[in-house]
Amino acid sequence: MTDRRTDAESFETLAMPMFASLFNFAHWLTHNREEAEDLVQETYLKALKGFVSFQQGTNFRAWMYRILRNTFLTSRSGLSVKMTVPLDREENVTGLPTDTPEAVLLVRADQQMVQDALERLPVHFREVILLCDIEEMSYQEIADIVGIPIGTVMSRLSRARKSIRELLAEKVRGVSK
Amino acid sequence: MTCDWVPKLDLYMDGELSAGELTEVETHLRSCPTCAAEALSRLQLKRMTQAAGHRFSPSPEFRQKIAQSVTVVRRPRWAWRWAAALAAAAAVVLMLVPASVWLQRSRSEQALAELADLHVSTLASANPVDVLSSDRHTVKPWFQGKLPFTFNLPELQTSPFRLIGGRLTYFQQSPGAQLLFEVGKHQISVFIFQNRAELSRLNSGSSLNRQLAFNTETWTKGGLWYFVLSDASALDVRALSELLKSADGS
Repeated sequence: MTDRRTDAESFETLAMPMFASLFNFAHWLTHNREEAEDLVQETYLKALKGFVSFQQGTNFRAWMYRILRNTFLTSRSGLSVKMTVPLDREENVTGLPTDTPEAVLLVRADQQMVQDALERLPVHFREVILLCDIEEMSYQEIADIVGIPIGTVMSRLSRARKSIRELLAEKVRGVSK
Repeated sequence: MTCDWVPKLDLYMDGELSAGELTEVETHLRSCPTCAAEALSRLQLKRMTQAAGHRFSPSPEFRQKIAQSVTVVRRPRWAWRWAAALAAAAAVVLMLVPASVWLQRSRSEQALAELADLHVSTLASANPVDVLSSDRHTVKPWFQGKLPFTFNLPELQTSPFRLIGGRLTYFQQSPGAQLLFEVGKHQISVFIFQNRAELSRLNSGSSLNRQLAFNTETWTKGGLWYFVLSDASALDVRALSELLKSADGS
């Protein structure tokens, strides 16, 4: 009984500080507040239940994100994502070098434009960008969460960033016309 | 034109290079304008994505719902001892004082002690502030895009206070601003968060002042919750608070 209470106490201490980040990530995945709430709630319940099997000393944050992501993939909107797994070409990790005009255009992009560009990314690219740039996770952590090799993390990141640049350049040109 | 080093640039800005590779890339960046421009543009995009990505906040009701679902019913250990002592001494008193008041106070003390910890650890840090400037017109805009709110800073030229800078901070899972001021040799932290019911219930309890020898002031204004804390005199803390309260957008 005492053990169980200690478990729950340490789960709460570990899991609640990442609540806002998990919600933000869930919302980016689902595009919808209600679905994001359902997703986060289910994640916390699953994690609390499975906390006994969680190995102390391993990466708790990555574990929580993996549960959230897996839960998402089995949800209604997640199932449609599953059908569109990208063909990863790992050799393409360099990303295209930008020509200078595009770099200049980037300066004129605003936050709303970046948010729109993120929204438009296919979810497999959006999730690695979010985990890398917003959650500041290492490639290894991302590889563990998404269940792909590090090389694939790198190629998806590179392609995601390239797409964002292109979308932004398109937007900025559109506005200035 | 492209350079063979371009593939390393993502690894460089994502912090994925070993110490040896990092030195190599940095040396190369100093001599290759193509890569330097490319690295800058990529870093810029990363920062923009970072700012744009922190977009959705959970509602306080939802947070409470989840917190409750993972919280075990417990009371702090000291509460048991107190309860036992009080029960032995005067059971009547215990019946008269609602338990909720005790719990509320302990929660409030815990939260304020957490802010005192933030203040002390900031002062102990080698880089106490993320934006180092005594100019309010530099410090305030630095927070733009990093916080879901904005605030005003007072004109300090005719006052004994000096703005040192600011940093992003987190308190009870919410982002906020921590501003560092100086008066004489004393440093003063000003914390600003979006006001929530839990925050406005926190009163700068005198017990914290007594225990930690800090002077504090707190108030809410325009949907924001302010908390000022320092080892400076109570008078100074109040004076700075008054300046902050009267700050307008100019």
